[in-house]
Amino acid sequence: MPCSFFLCRVTMASSCAQLCLKCRSLLCSKTVATTWQHSTQVRHCRTVTPVITKVLNGSSFFSGNHRTSPASQRWKQQMFCYSELSVKHLATEAKEDKFKEELSRADVVAYKSPLLPVNEIQMPLDLDAAAEFSALEEITHEEAVSISVPAAIPPSSTSLRDYVDKSETLSKLVQLGVNLWKLEQRPNVGTMLLKLDFNMDVAPRLLFLKHIGVEESHIGYIITHNPFILTEDLESLQARVNYLKSKKFSSETVASMVSRAPYLLNFSVKRLDNRLGFYQQQLNLSASNTRNIIARLPRLLCGSLEPVKENLKVCEIELGFKENEIQHIALTVPKVLTANKRKLTQLFDFIHNTMKVPHHLITKFPQVLNTKYLRVRERHLFLEFLGKAQYDPDLPNYISLDRLVSLPDEIFCTELALATLEDFYLFQKTL
Amino acid sequence: MFRRVEGLFCVYKPSGVHWKLVRDNIETKLLKGLNAAPSQPCPQEVRFLAQPGGDAEAPKGLTLSVASVPALSKHPLVTGPEFQYLQVGVGHRLDAFSSGVLVLAVGNGNKILNDLYRTRITRVHLVFHCLGSATDDFSHMGHVVERSTYGHITQDKLDRVLAMLQGANQKSLLMYSNVDMRSQEAYEMAVQGLLGPDGKSAPILTGLRCIRFEPPNFTIEVQCLNETQKYLRKVVHEIGLELRSTAVCKGVRRTRDGPFTLQDALTRHHWTASDIMQAIQQYKSSKKNKNYSRSKVKEPGLHPLEENTTDSQHFYLKDVSDIVLNQSSPGQQ
Repeated sequence: MPCSFFLCRVTMASSCAQLCLKCRSLLCSKTVATTWQHSTQVRHCRTVTPVITKVLNGSSFFSGNHRTSPASQRWKQQMFCYSELSVKHLATEAKEDKFKEELSRADVVAYKSPLLPVNEIQMPLDLDAAAEFSALEEITHEEAVSISVPAAIPPSSTSLRDYVDKSETLSKLVQLGVNLWKLEQRPNVGTMLLKLDFNMDVAPRLLFLKHIGVEESHIGYIITHNPFILTEDLESLQARVNYLKSKKFSSETVASMVSRAPYLLNFSVKRLDNRLGFYQQQLNLSASNTRNIIARLPRLLCGSLEPVKENLKVCEIELGFKENEIQHIALTVPKVLTANKRKLTQLFDFIHNTMKVPHHLITKFPQVLNTKYLRVRERHLFLEFLGKAQYDPDLPNYISLDRLVSLPDEIFCTELALATLEDFYLFQKTL
Repeated sequence: MFRRVEGLFCVYKPSGVHWKLVRDNIETKLLKGLNAAPSQPCPQEVRFLAQPGGDAEAPKGLTLSVASVPALSKHPLVTGPEFQYLQVGVGHRLDAFSSGVLVLAVGNGNKILNDLYRTRITRVHLVFHCLGSATDDFSHMGHVVERSTYGHITQDKLDRVLAMLQGANQKSLLMYSNVDMRSQEAYEMAVQGLLGPDGKSAPILTGLRCIRFEPPNFTIEVQCLNETQKYLRKVVHEIGLELRSTAVCKGVRRTRDGPFTLQDALTRHHWTASDIMQAIQQYKSSKKNKNYSRSKVKEPGLHPLEENTTDSQHFYLKDVSDIVLNQSSPGQQ
């Protein structure tokens, strides 16, 4: 019985500590933290005292008991204090029940030992009682060990650094590869992540992502860019995935789309439907072609449609492309739909007016619309300087546009320009 | 590793790009290079985990298991990259339209940059002109205001105009230096080539030379002090007026900025941390070789044209002779 008593106490202590830890990680409210700090101060005093007791010695058991019983009372008292404040400040019923459960267990344990001297222990539920405990109280090794002194966690902080060691959610996220530093820059995301419970909130959604086929290495990337996926309702996530599959996207495609556009599953089915319809209608594409474009650039479904509409108008009116040409360009290089209008016009102006490339050639090689202006400019001027700027396929010495823009520098110099890389760099300095 | 990045280097700024974009781009690339270096591993924290149900058999026999756990609060994903901000300063600015050598300084180099620009640094620009029209902002992209013929312009007329401009500017050079022209001090300073404006002054062109003349285009090499690109374009306009025609500026390219020449400039493809570090090392070693002293104003005084940079004795003589010649016969015929 004496051994069991100690065991119970140890488990009670550890469970109490665990519970408090959990509460602490869940609710970083100032009041809770102050009580915790208060209680840690009390325990500080207690751990200072070294204790040497022999458990199996009968006499010392009683003496130990004598000394440790106030400890048990104090535990109960602390629990009382904690529960008192928790009753005042916590809103959830469930937590109260848990406390009451603990209390009843503690009561049972305390009453088991008949030799409980009730001497200087005060039972009133006020915080001042805690301060009266003597710091020179002797306790056993087990108590010293079980009373772990947690580092002071600031009640509010600008960085998640202070909480990451204590919070299970945060440490697991870091181990997954989530960039917490980037996330804490965003307003309110840090507090949201702290409030999540790993087993209840985070784990089911991670399993869901794995279930639809997202690779584990990408999960960190997805959460870094879209932490709100951890607060989405599981049923709606499933509904959206089902909708995409009903539109005949294969599961691997869906998985890759989610990996590349992390916000995809945050949008409602209606919105996704709206967008798919828009692209199919505007570009007059068949269903399989639309699927192709969306699969390659899933963020088309995430962003707003206004810039895309404007880009299409620009292509039609300002740049002068016909509808089938626009279709072909969008199918080959979907990025043109989300490109910056001004840069697109500048690039097109250079290609069409300075390099004298006609529309049909640009349509044949739409990659030129995807490059950086400076790159095209310096390469074209270099070729012009060498007298090789010939883009018409009918004439000799023809240079194809896609090779012009997509080749890396060394190959461009050796194959197209037939000059050395150093010459190219020297020429750039003369521009 | 950060030490190696501190210093001065120059890049070639392409035209059409604002200098601030260039500076930001370089800063990002340098930060990327610095952060990519392998950082220290996550420091370990020692934690004691109590074993459940352990009874103390002996006084010191506490059964605890020691675990060394990495302290996740120091993990780079939680603290962010090691270097988050670099101080990159820009030398004399180039506006968006012009291209050329742009001096940048990192970290401690910024102080050197300040000193460098307080002394008189000459810059050499190549200015490209097109005859026949005049625009409102003096460049070929502005709104055309006037058109004129240019068939009557020949090379020697151009040279005459340039020499006249140079002479006028040399005079103003003497005027802006706060020294009485008749004193011995002035003579000694002129001999050493120290005569020049102190601090801020109007832009002065110390040398003008025509490099290429193919009507309607021609190119001029300009050495100047305290100038802005807009002033250079205005000069183009004035040259056109002097020639009884009009001219616009097609481009301005800075080929030299003090000790930094076009050869040392890094083009866009070389804006990586390793290349920049190499350029800085090169600059530091060349500085040691030349015994470059910032405190003495002698070195960046009146630089000659690009060919004669290394031979200091030679160029002092040349400058004095220039001054003497120009003073005696203002405006060569």
